[in-house]
Amino acid sequence: MSEIETLELANRADATGWPSREEEPPKHRFLFSGWHLVLIPIAVVMVIPLVWMLVTSLQTLEETRHYPPTLVPTSLQFSNYTDVLQQAPFARWFVNTLIVTVVVVIGNLLFCSLAGYAFARIRFFGRGVVFIAILATLMVPFQVVIIPTFLIVRGFGLIDTLGALMLPNLVSAFGIFMLRQFFLTLPIELEEAARIDGASRLGILFKIVLPLSGPALATLAVIMFLWTWNDFLWPLITIYSESHMTLQLGLATFQGAHQTNTNLLMAANVMSMIPVLLLFFFAQRYFIRGIATTGLKG
Amino acid sequence: MAQVLLDHVTKRFADGVVALDDLSLEIADGEFLILVGPSGCGKTTALRLVAGLERPSSGTITIGDRVVNDVTPRDRDIAMVFQNYALYPHMTAYQNLAFGLKERKTPKPEIERRVREASAILGLDELLKRRPAQLSGGQRQRVAMGRALVREPAAFLLDEPLSNLDAKLRVQMRAELKRIHQRLGITTIYVTHDQVEAMTLGDRIVVMSNGRVQQIGAPQDVYRSPENLFVAGFIGSPPMNLLRGKSTDGSLVVGDLSLPWSASTPAEVAVGMRPEDLAPANGSGPSLAFTVDVVEPLGSEVVVHGTVPGTAVESGAEEEGAEIPIPVSGARAPLTAIFDPADEPRPGDTVNLAVSPARLHLFDLRTGLAIDR
Repeated sequence: MSEIETLELANRADATGWPSREEEPPKHRFLFSGWHLVLIPIAVVMVIPLVWMLVTSLQTLEETRHYPPTLVPTSLQFSNYTDVLQQAPFARWFVNTLIVTVVVVIGNLLFCSLAGYAFARIRFFGRGVVFIAILATLMVPFQVVIIPTFLIVRGFGLIDTLGALMLPNLVSAFGIFMLRQFFLTLPIELEEAARIDGASRLGILFKIVLPLSGPALATLAVIMFLWTWNDFLWPLITIYSESHMTLQLGLATFQGAHQTNTNLLMAANVMSMIPVLLLFFFAQRYFIRGIATTGLKG
Repeated sequence: MAQVLLDHVTKRFADGVVALDDLSLEIADGEFLILVGPSGCGKTTALRLVAGLERPSSGTITIGDRVVNDVTPRDRDIAMVFQNYALYPHMTAYQNLAFGLKERKTPKPEIERRVREASAILGLDELLKRRPAQLSGGQRQRVAMGRALVREPAAFLLDEPLSNLDAKLRVQMRAELKRIHQRLGITTIYVTHDQVEAMTLGDRIVVMSNGRVQQIGAPQDVYRSPENLFVAGFIGSPPMNLLRGKSTDGSLVVGDLSLPWSASTPAEVAVGMRPEDLAPANGSGPSLAFTVDVVEPLGSEVVVHGTVPGTAVESGAEEEGAEIPIPVSGARAPLTAIFDPADEPRPGDTVNLAVSPARLHLFDLRTGLAIDR
């Protein structure tokens, strides 16, 4: 695609940057295709665990032990949910997770934008090498860096605080890479025009580039939210006080303390999943496109 | 308002490409200067250097009384219109116009006043609340112009501002640009590859090729007396016909045409003939036997393509793939003439073309330079 066409696109698309949904011809939506024979069974397989979890969370303890497992509860035990809230500092864990997740998401949006923009547009010595080094860290498994990261975080005196969960995750190589790729697709003339108009580098980033990067930022936010919300290993290593636990960690200890109460565990799981499901429901187009988003250019 | 000086400016890119080679230009205060040339000739680079979007490898650039080599684009007091407009897609037309003023901390009432003024000049009043996506190509072009106007800069830099418009709008905007310049008298540097724009808009035009200036002058002067083969082949549409000629004592031979020739010229020359200087011969006198191949009636005139005996000379300004595909065989050269509609020939006709020695342009084949007569 030529630069002119790209700019045309940018000029044409609305502020979200995505073509509006109306452009999809609705008449194709409900037609049956051969793919459904494949997709429907897969969907069923995907949905069954969720349904099972939901059903179990409403069963009595007796029912959960029944074999073969029942997928239809005979009585709806909503008291399971209130029991969970009374037996564990569930609300506390929920708030902890929310704080950590929100801070990590905001940190990533800010720092990955700054770094991604620098790699996309500012010429500086060693840019290529540093960028490749950052990309290379994507290939290092987390298990390899757990101990050094732990030592650094301990050096900051953050072990067993929420800070331990936030600090190492405020910026991510993935986010830098994704935003850089997106920024590169924005027409450079917009930034040149802004430079002539008198905007500073930061001014260009915050007033021109970021407002046009809604889809990429939303995608990054959604992905980081899910990663952080669902993270288990890192909290397991750095947090040991019950009052500083996140949901995933708390639920695991919950499992230990109430090994037999599968129904309560599932009730807790359902509650912990609600924000993720809501997010997925409302932002799924960003999530799905996020995987391929590195090129708006097409 | 200010004059703009480029003094021995060279731009060499990191990959070693020399985009501009020792360019010196003096643009007077209030002048409308056109940089014209084929793509890749360095005209846009020259403009970007003045804007501060690129830094010269050597030489100095002066705007007003100030050497601006180390001055950021922001502080150069220039405004630029980009080929693809570069309007901020997430802002309304009003916000697009006001952005530069806001960035410079202009007081709000002043912004309001200037935007209203520019919008009145350009007829944007109805469009101020719309975003670029809701504007047509011509309207976007106006907003882009407005964004430059509101700044009240020392100089305007326009980079092929009309090339994305359809033909009709282009003619209209061309006239409008001229009107705006006459009204405001702001120093303007205008880059184009369209020679109609070059001829009609500029006080002076600078013809460029391969990073070098080929000729500077008033449009009519450049048209009437091109200084070298490149300019001869580039300026004029359709371009000047260039044929190989031999000068022997007392005569100039072009193909099967022999003209009495008294001036002293090199033996090998290129002979240039403007299409509009060629007309069917009525009566005796030297003439070229022109075999007609394609006839394009334009209403007010007829463009006729065909061949004549002789050998063509390349000017170096030919655009690849843009030549009229006239089949040429043997010792014949393609030729284009513009006739009066009354003289419209038919394909296959042979027409005798009158050639007036006074209207010929001669160039030294070795150096490519025009020969004074």
